[in-house]
Amino acid sequence: MGADNALETAQNVGRNMDLLRFATAGSVDDGKSTLIGRLLLDSKSIFEDQLEAVEATSQSKGYDYTDLALLTDGLRSEREQGITIDVAYRYFATPTRKFIIADTPGHVQYTRNMVTGASTADLGLVLVDARQGLTEQSRRHAVILSLLRVPHLVLAVNKMDLVDFDEDTFKKIHAEFTSFATKLNIPDLEVIPISALQGDNVVNRSENMPWYQGPSLMHHLENVHVASDRDLVDARFPVQYVIRPKSDDFHDYRGYGGQLASGVLKPGDEVVVLPSGMTSTIAGIDLFDQEIDEAFPPMSVTIRLADDVDVSRGDMIARIKNAPTPSQDIDAMVCWMTTEPLRKGQKLAIKHTTRTGRALVKDIQYRLDVNSLHRDQETGELGLNEIGRVQLRTTVPLLCDPYAKNRTTGSFILIDEATGVTVGAGMINSGS
Amino acid sequence: MTQTHVDYQLSQLDQLEAESIHIFREVAAEFEKPVLMFSGGKDSIVMMRLAEKAFYPAKIPFPVLQVDTGYDFPEVLATRDNWVNRLGVRLIVASVEEALAKGIVVDDGKTSRNRHQIGTLLNAIEEEGFTAAFGGGRRDEEKARAKERVYSHRDEFGQWDPKNQRPELWSLYNGRLHAGEHMRIFPISNWTELDIWHYIGREGIEIPSIYFSHQRRVFERDGMLLTESEFNPCKPGEEAAERTVRFRTVGDLTLTGCVESTASTIDEIIDEIAVARLTERGATRGDDRFSEAAMEDRKKEGYF
Repeated sequence: MGADNALETAQNVGRNMDLLRFATAGSVDDGKSTLIGRLLLDSKSIFEDQLEAVEATSQSKGYDYTDLALLTDGLRSEREQGITIDVAYRYFATPTRKFIIADTPGHVQYTRNMVTGASTADLGLVLVDARQGLTEQSRRHAVILSLLRVPHLVLAVNKMDLVDFDEDTFKKIHAEFTSFATKLNIPDLEVIPISALQGDNVVNRSENMPWYQGPSLMHHLENVHVASDRDLVDARFPVQYVIRPKSDDFHDYRGYGGQLASGVLKPGDEVVVLPSGMTSTIAGIDLFDQEIDEAFPPMSVTIRLADDVDVSRGDMIARIKNAPTPSQDIDAMVCWMTTEPLRKGQKLAIKHTTRTGRALVKDIQYRLDVNSLHRDQETGELGLNEIGRVQLRTTVPLLCDPYAKNRTTGSFILIDEATGVTVGAGMINSGS
Repeated sequence: MTQTHVDYQLSQLDQLEAESIHIFREVAAEFEKPVLMFSGGKDSIVMMRLAEKAFYPAKIPFPVLQVDTGYDFPEVLATRDNWVNRLGVRLIVASVEEALAKGIVVDDGKTSRNRHQIGTLLNAIEEEGFTAAFGGGRRDEEKARAKERVYSHRDEFGQWDPKNQRPELWSLYNGRLHAGEHMRIFPISNWTELDIWHYIGREGIEIPSIYFSHQRRVFERDGMLLTESEFNPCKPGEEAAERTVRFRTVGDLTLTGCVESTASTIDEIIDEIAVARLTERGATRGDDRFSEAAMEDRKKEGYF
């Protein structure tokens, strides 16, 4: 990308540029940091002083080439150990799109970081080393991305330069992964042969792999269609904050602030407020000092209702004939994120949309082996970085949808009430 | 955002705004005593704008805290006052001078005012009993910030423990605290420098005039152009001269360097940044230059 392109990108940031959030998975050995370093470098998101610092460090360590991984390994302990221990967020843009990368470590013990990174991603990027082929780790990454319902997946077969850009090696990995992916929920899959170190098929199509007819990684990231991933049908508006100015100018103003999770709402729409079940009509939708014609996700707006119904934080505004059923018995997949295992009978705090309550673990049905997809029903508990199917009973009804249908109203976190730490992430199968 | 969106697509800047407003409302709903840390810099001005939008037509439901180093640019203080007056929010000024005088922070003669801000800030948070402090940190600024959460937990000493951060999933933020602890909140975590400038441009909001090109008497020190002032006289061998400059960040005027620039509008600044070869902090903030891990160290101690 040249200087003209960088200028165009900079000017477009405030215009109609759209956004793609993607999560990367892979270990240092797969060349993930090198790949991210290259994306940042080639999109001019890295500046000269940062590059100079990395070149100097690489030289002082006696490397033959500039180690782009040094650009992204942020915390001192990581630089010392040469591994990435936490989710890091990176930013770059091209003239049409801004990208937010959730860069997650690939080691087995860091499943919780991958779940975290994947939770907000539109696309997941899994790296494999062409010499190694698919590993347990790459399968695990694909399973997690699928569980988190990341709608688009890219498998980047890296280090093609080290297998002499051999087509058969790529084809074999491609076929093996495609076959594995049929067992998962992956609506869109792209497999791309690359060399992050040398830049093949990262931004520009590689001359070393004339047999590959598909897009470069950057081209795919720029063009993958994410707009249709959103649900514009099922209106869900979790109420966050009641706005009551109590000022002379806005004496009777009462608005409900929140961010639309899905669907489209317009003034005049008949709505129901959950869990009370009271109905009303939308009198107006405000975005700062403007009244708008319609609200759609992920807009943060303020909704005013025609009737003086009782609405507070934690309630949800939905359509009368299309509303979630308030549920206190929740069946969900839970990723456990702390060393003390999750056990039957345990009580935890739960946060779902803007609603907070307590949850009792009624049963742990099985533990999912994320490598083999085997369901271990004997376990009775979930350890750190384990994922399993759990039944919960909550003190307050959750206004939820299945996670497969709605990633906002289908997700929750579990909090240890004594330590205050987030210990679990949940994806709802069903509620009743 | 007034036009009808037939395609139901929000631009990336509108998505960032929506996310930030969500965070402001979440904190106002869940924390007993939030406060907005206001430096007068462009990032904290964008924060004020977002807070204004999040609660409109109600007033911002929390006060604004500024740490006064005693070496602040007068232009920055003027902008601060305009904002505070227009929005009708309560301003709390925590003075480094006062903290030094009271012995809350100790001057060893070697430490910069910027570093003294840490003790002054933590003391103000403790004295007023704030449970959540909004900061304008962005993850694109520096490697150590790239791993910081939106809700960043601080222990009873105000310290950040980067290895023991709470996982942060979806847009479900965990605001649980024990007595004496507080949370730093970073609503513009996902914004980049260019997002900030475009947003200021489109919102047409006031920022300190020193961000735009102007004439100023400056001198060179350690490769930086610093303002000549009574707090920061030239040392032997240094010589001040009038140059056409602007500031890319604002802070303690004895430490904040400017760059030679003729950019006098937001669009010109954006073009200048696009071709810039140095990052914001590395180029102009003396306090980040000491070591690669400088920011990480200061963050652990409780820096913004």
